[in-house]
Amino acid sequence: MKKNNLTLIILGIILLIFPLVIRSDYYQHLIIIAFMWVVIGSSWNLLAGYTGQVSFGHAMFFGVGAYTAGILFTKLGISPWWGMMFGGIASMMIGLFVGWVCFRLRGPYFALATLAGGEIFRLIATNWESLTDGMVGILIMQTFRSKIPYYYVALALAAVCVYSIHIVMQSKWGYYFVSIREDQDAAESLGINTTLYKNISLLISSFFTGMAGAFYMNYMAFIDPQVVFSLHYISIMAILVGIVGGVATIMGPAVGAFVMVGVQETFRSAFFGLAPKWISESHALVFGLLVIFVIMFLANGIVGDWSKIKRNVFKIKAPG
Amino acid sequence: MALLEVKNLTKAFGGLKAVNNVTFSVEKGEILGLIGPNGSGKTTTFNCINQFYSITSGDILFKGSSIKNLKTHQICQRGIGRTFQVVKPLARMTVLENVTASSFCRVNTIKEAQKEAIRILEFCNLTKEKDKLAKSLPIGGRKRLEIARALATKPELILLDETAAGLNPSELDEAIELIKKIQNSGITILIVEHIMKVIMSISDRIHAINFGQTIAEGTPQEVANNPAVIEAYLGEEYAQD
Repeated sequence: MKKNNLTLIILGIILLIFPLVIRSDYYQHLIIIAFMWVVIGSSWNLLAGYTGQVSFGHAMFFGVGAYTAGILFTKLGISPWWGMMFGGIASMMIGLFVGWVCFRLRGPYFALATLAGGEIFRLIATNWESLTDGMVGILIMQTFRSKIPYYYVALALAAVCVYSIHIVMQSKWGYYFVSIREDQDAAESLGINTTLYKNISLLISSFFTGMAGAFYMNYMAFIDPQVVFSLHYISIMAILVGIVGGVATIMGPAVGAFVMVGVQETFRSAFFGLAPKWISESHALVFGLLVIFVIMFLANGIVGDWSKIKRNVFKIKAPG
Repeated sequence: MALLEVKNLTKAFGGLKAVNNVTFSVEKGEILGLIGPNGSGKTTTFNCINQFYSITSGDILFKGSSIKNLKTHQICQRGIGRTFQVVKPLARMTVLENVTASSFCRVNTIKEAQKEAIRILEFCNLTKEKDKLAKSLPIGGRKRLEIARALATKPELILLDETAAGLNPSELDEAIELIKKIQNSGITILIVEHIMKVIMSISDRIHAINFGQTIAEGTPQEVANNPAVIEAYLGEEYAQD
């Protein structure tokens, strides 16, 4: 335990002083995006990894959060920073509705409904032009010109999110979530209101994802339906972050976020301009290969199988 | 007033009446054995009592009030615990975590829940296995874990569904001892069991059913000598002797 605490403190200090040492906007931007993915990945992991309710539509919550912040600013003039809170709450409302409808059923209905939900919201945002400006998207003025304030906001959001989930998982709720994942019938018979606790898990998950969406609005200052409700860039990416990092581990999605943002950026930029351009077109293919690799060799993700990685890659024997 | 009263319970799956007009009651503090050949409706009766299935007609009273419109988890909270014939361990949790999760039924903090869980594990003789994953336990351990989990919800009545099936002789003796210990701690027991050694030695009364209908009720001795029961188990020729 002590060793882990020390590692966390050192990691915390590095993350705190990073933007003061590395002045490059480009690297700061990558870390900010990675923090955002820590939040989305951890939220997805709470619901899918711990509670066993796999969501294929976290873009729904992300996009609703982003659009709530954007619309509140363009239509009502409310600061998009307030929008972060309202974005989270709006996403929770959507989550409440989805859960209310789907969680009475078992099996794949929730996964299917979230998959459809993400697409439905993308179409609504595209076509309800009077509210969302459709494909034109929403453009706001950034509050800060420097990236450093955004960096600290994103860091704080990620830290609060991961720590909150850690606290939840140590409590009655956490035990109930995992019980539901393992066996819903047994959980019911042990006095667990499975419908209620699945909804609680979904509400926490959608709240943080909505906040991440609203942060994205603030930071990028531009959103359109194709980006924030994207199945590929948001919903699937959320799953990849969880799986690569380690499903049902606290730090898994955090590690997964940095790995996935790193991989994505390496390919998007065609190995930082060193490789031929066509490589950047192939990043979806590489994502696919990465998932196959992880599932075959690291079924529990990087964090879940860390002892296996240490043993096989770094040749470190487990103590004792 | 009996602790649990099952009145004219009927459960139909389509045209098949798996349980047909069964009536019995469980007095506080006793062990009532529910016996019957395969497919006679014992487990279905259990599933109706804890509302795992909704019942077709009849009523179930617990401490005098009807529980037939409650949900499964509410019935557990009222004070009826159950085990499953086909054990349902929470596989990727440790034994201690399994029981801790159940303890949360009555307490809210992790400290209290764990304390209670450790007490229950001691009671069920599972302390040595507490840090093992539930899926790594052999069948005897899993059966005891089922009981431990049900006990952790602090029930007044516990439904034991074939907790002795698949055990070896020495484990059987342990199981019998555990069931008697549960009774001595003041918990009423309704038990389904195939192994006659177990059911005859622990039951205060036995209720026998076949094809979903009551065929006999009484003390173990009376039921064992009842022609209808002998017929159900061994066939007609033996009953006539």
